Amino acid sequence: MSYLELLTFARGSALNWALVICVAGIVLRLFEIFGLGRKADLAKPRSNSPGSGWRTMFTRSLPAAGMLKRDPVAYISGYVFHLGLVVVVLFFAQHIEFFNSTFRLVWPSFPTALVDASAVAAIIALCVLLVHRLNNPVKRLLSGFGDYLAWVITLLPLLTGYLAFHHMLVEYTLMLSLHIFSVELLLVLLPFTKLFHSFSVFISRWYNGDIFGRKGTAS
Amino acid sequence: MKAVEQARSLPGTVGEGLQQRGVTRREFLKFCTVVTGMLALPPSMASAMAEAISKARRQSVIWLSFQECTGCTESITRSHSPTLENLIFDLISLDYHHTLQAASGEAAEQARTSAMKDNAGKYLLIVDGAIPMGNPGFSTIAGVSNYDMLVEAAKGAAAIVAVGTCATYGGLPKADPNPTGAVSVNDIIKDKPIINVPGCPPIPVVMTGVLVHFLTFGSIPELDSLGRPKSFYGETIHDRCYRRPFYDQGKFAQTFDDEAARQGWCLYKLGCKGPVTYNSCATTKWNDGTSFPIQSGHGCIGCSEPNFWDAGPLYKALSMPLSATLSLLGAAALAGAAAGVAITWHNRSTKAAAKSAHENVTVQELTKEAK
Repeated sequence: MSYLELLTFARGSALNWALVICVAGIVLRLFEIFGLGRKADLAKPRSNSPGSGWRTMFTRSLPAAGMLKRDPVAYISGYVFHLGLVVVVLFFAQHIEFFNSTFRLVWPSFPTALVDASAVAAIIALCVLLVHRLNNPVKRLLSGFGDYLAWVITLLPLLTGYLAFHHMLVEYTLMLSLHIFSVELLLVLLPFTKLFHSFSVFISRWYNGDIFGRKGTAS
Repeated sequence: MKAVEQARSLPGTVGEGLQQRGVTRREFLKFCTVVTGMLALPPSMASAMAEAISKARRQSVIWLSFQECTGCTESITRSHSPTLENLIFDLISLDYHHTLQAASGEAAEQARTSAMKDNAGKYLLIVDGAIPMGNPGFSTIAGVSNYDMLVEAAKGAAAIVAVGTCATYGGLPKADPNPTGAVSVNDIIKDKPIINVPGCPPIPVVMTGVLVHFLTFGSIPELDSLGRPKSFYGETIHDRCYRRPFYDQGKFAQTFDDEAARQGWCLYKLGCKGPVTYNSCATTKWNDGTSFPIQSGHGCIGCSEPNFWDAGPLYKALSMPLSATLSLLGAAALAGAAAGVAITWHNRSTKAAAKSAHENVTVQELTKEAK
């Protein structure tokens, strides 16, 4: 099998299967979460705070007061990584073509140099976060296989994408195939690992915001 | 027989032939210098090459055409005659080429068999076109199947040059669903040195360059893992594309006639396969160095790569999925929803069963146990 055939497989049936598993998995997990339900809260709300849940979904994206002092490494690296990832995934011209082709959605891209710098920043931030996780006794104790797996499958697409764009290490065709395969691995595992937080984070934020609103401690 | 007669009337060495045709030493050295550069040889090799070629006996060449469109022959004959490349090609002893030779029928076939006999172990075999394995009758020459003719001719060949994507990788005949069971030369011949010169068609100077290398050194050039001469196929079109700076800056044409296209911006979004195509179109160019597809406003279609016909639509960008659609994702979402409903039902019934099986423990029972 030549590298071009490998790329054709990566862009073709492999990608189709990865997308099918990812989408089906996400919908399944959402059904599972919502299907569990909650017991009706019969208590009278302590304060009337409409929209507290929805507000919290956004306010918790902003840094909490005192967070920078308490854990500057997690604070800075966490933001750098997430912002870098968003820029790379959603604002690289070649990636927009992917969304255009699949979802018929187009938006302006960022300059390539900015996307490139974001990729480097996100990779460095991921590495810093791993070292921080290993150095901090509490975090190390709390970390399991799932955490390290999530780290690896997030790093691989970033790293292979960077290497492919810069034509480094191996032939571009092979590296591009590896990049697409790494994205497919991420897609397949996303619904079933801690990476599902990319969807569940907003659900749990809404729930927390709403329940705290009812308890009179709305954010 | 005419072809054979014509060949016999030609001069014995290439150098004599060049003199007869009025090619000056300066022109000849210029050609050798260009070819030396193309083959990535040291500049000092140019004069050595000139010496070697001048003294070389006219190399016997047998050209077999199988399942092909004659585009490869068209390409090599359009090396803008009378360029020197063309003359060099004239000056090899092309003993058999059923498109170019004057002889036909049995005379033509006799030219092939006598050339094979006279130059056994020395002749260069050039093949264009794929070989059908499904049924020998799919493609025959003088009643001989392509497979039989290739095996017979390969036996006495010094080396084989597979010209064009069909001979090198199967090309268009091998495209899915490959109705004739087409295969490439190196799928059949395993015991001879094979030089792959892919392209649909290959660049004329790449073909002549490979021949010149063989004439000069009597050996085949350095090849890559796909059997291609590294000097011509060492880099991608994208690596050497004059539009590369636009790619690096993220400046892309959206359509073939928008302002960006007129400004010469990168054609990546229009499906250019330059980044994954190894060939020298961007450097040697076509039509006597005039232009190449990207320069004329169309993306590279990757014609020199194995199975490029089945590598997805020509106008889809490399980062686009080949066949994923919204309806596929919709079906996946529906399947996920169905599985989700099943799991929810299962979870809820487990929960309800646990609830109904729940027995309240009284304080008396607890205190009894404690005792």
